[in-house]
Amino acid sequence: MSEKAVAENTGKMKKVFDKPETLNDQQFSYCPGCHHGVINRLIAEAIDELGIQDTTVGTAPVGCSVFMYKWFDIDVIQPAHGRVSAVATGAKRARPDLTVFAYQGDGDFASIGTNNSAHAANRGENITTFFINNTLYGMTGGEMAPTTLIGQKTTTSPQGRTAKDFGYPMKMSEMLAELDGPTYITRQAVYDVKRIDQAKAAIKKAFRFQMEDKGYSLIEFLSACPINWGMDPAEANERIREEVEEVYPLGDIIERS
Amino acid sequence: MPRGKVEIDADRCKGCGLCIEACPQDVLSLSDDFNASGYNYAATENPEDCVGCGFCGKVCPDVAITVYKKQKEGV
Repeated sequence: MSEKAVAENTGKMKKVFDKPETLNDQQFSYCPGCHHGVINRLIAEAIDELGIQDTTVGTAPVGCSVFMYKWFDIDVIQPAHGRVSAVATGAKRARPDLTVFAYQGDGDFASIGTNNSAHAANRGENITTFFINNTLYGMTGGEMAPTTLIGQKTTTSPQGRTAKDFGYPMKMSEMLAELDGPTYITRQAVYDVKRIDQAKAAIKKAFRFQMEDKGYSLIEFLSACPINWGMDPAEANERIREEVEEVYPLGDIIERS
Repeated sequence: MPRGKVEIDADRCKGCGLCIEACPQDVLSLSDDFNASGYNYAATENPEDCVGCGFCGKVCPDVAITVYKKQKEGV
C-alpha cells in the first residue's frame, strides 16, 4: 500500500492505493506485463515516502526505459548509451545535496557500460544504481546479452546460448561485490506481492544509504520481458521463479556500514 | 456492502492480466471490449467480493489501478 496515498474518502471507503506523486499522468511505453513499470512505480513510491521528490535527479539509460524523463516528475538526465554511472557521478559530485540515482538495463549496465559501471562502483560513488536484468536486449528485439542464461534462445542465439561460444551469464552484482567501493548490493524480483514489498524496502534502504553518505549502492532486479521471451506475463513470472533465480539468486549480497 | 473497491483506468491498462492472477478473490477479469490502444482491459467482474487488499494495484505494471478499502466503524 502506498503510504503516500491520500486519505480520500468515498463514503466509508478510504483510498489505500494510487499512483505515486512522483509519477505524472503520461502512460509508460513498456509492453504489457513488463516489470519495468512496477520497478518505476516502486522507485517513485520510495521517493514520495522519503520526501525527496524536489531533490532527486535520475539518470536514464538507452533501452526500454529511455523515456523516464516523460514519466517521472523529477529531473532526469538521459546520457549516451552506457554512460549513466559516469553522468550520475558528475551530477552527484556537482550537487552532493541532491539524491542521484542511475537506472540501467542489462545492455546499458552490463554490456556497453560495464567499464563505467565497474569504475563508479570501485570509486564508491555516493549514488544509487538500479540495474534491471531481463536476460536480453529488450528494446532492440530480444538479442542475446551478457546476462542471457545458458541454453536461452534469443534472436541472436537461436540455438540457445552456449558457454563455449558466448561465455557465461554475467553476474554483475557478485562481481562488483568483490570491490571495496560498494556498501550495499542486493538482488530483488517483483513477480509477486511479497517480492514487490521486499524490493520496495530495498529501494528505500539504498536511497537512505546515499542520504547518509555511505557510498555506492546497487539493486539488481530480475525483470520479466514477456514479449521477447515469447511468453504470456504469468508464464514470464514463473520463468523468473523457476529458471532465472537459479542462476541469479535473490537476496542481499553485501551490506557494509 | 463490499469491503473494498477497485477502479481501473481502462485507457492505461494493457491487458497483461497480472492483476487477475494476483487477486485472491477473483474480482477481476478481462473485458471483451477494447480500449483506445486496442487492448482488452481488466474490469471488475465480481466487485462485491473485493476486500481492498491492494494486490492488484501492486502488481500492475501500468499504474492503472486505484484501490479503496472500507474503514472500520468509528474511524
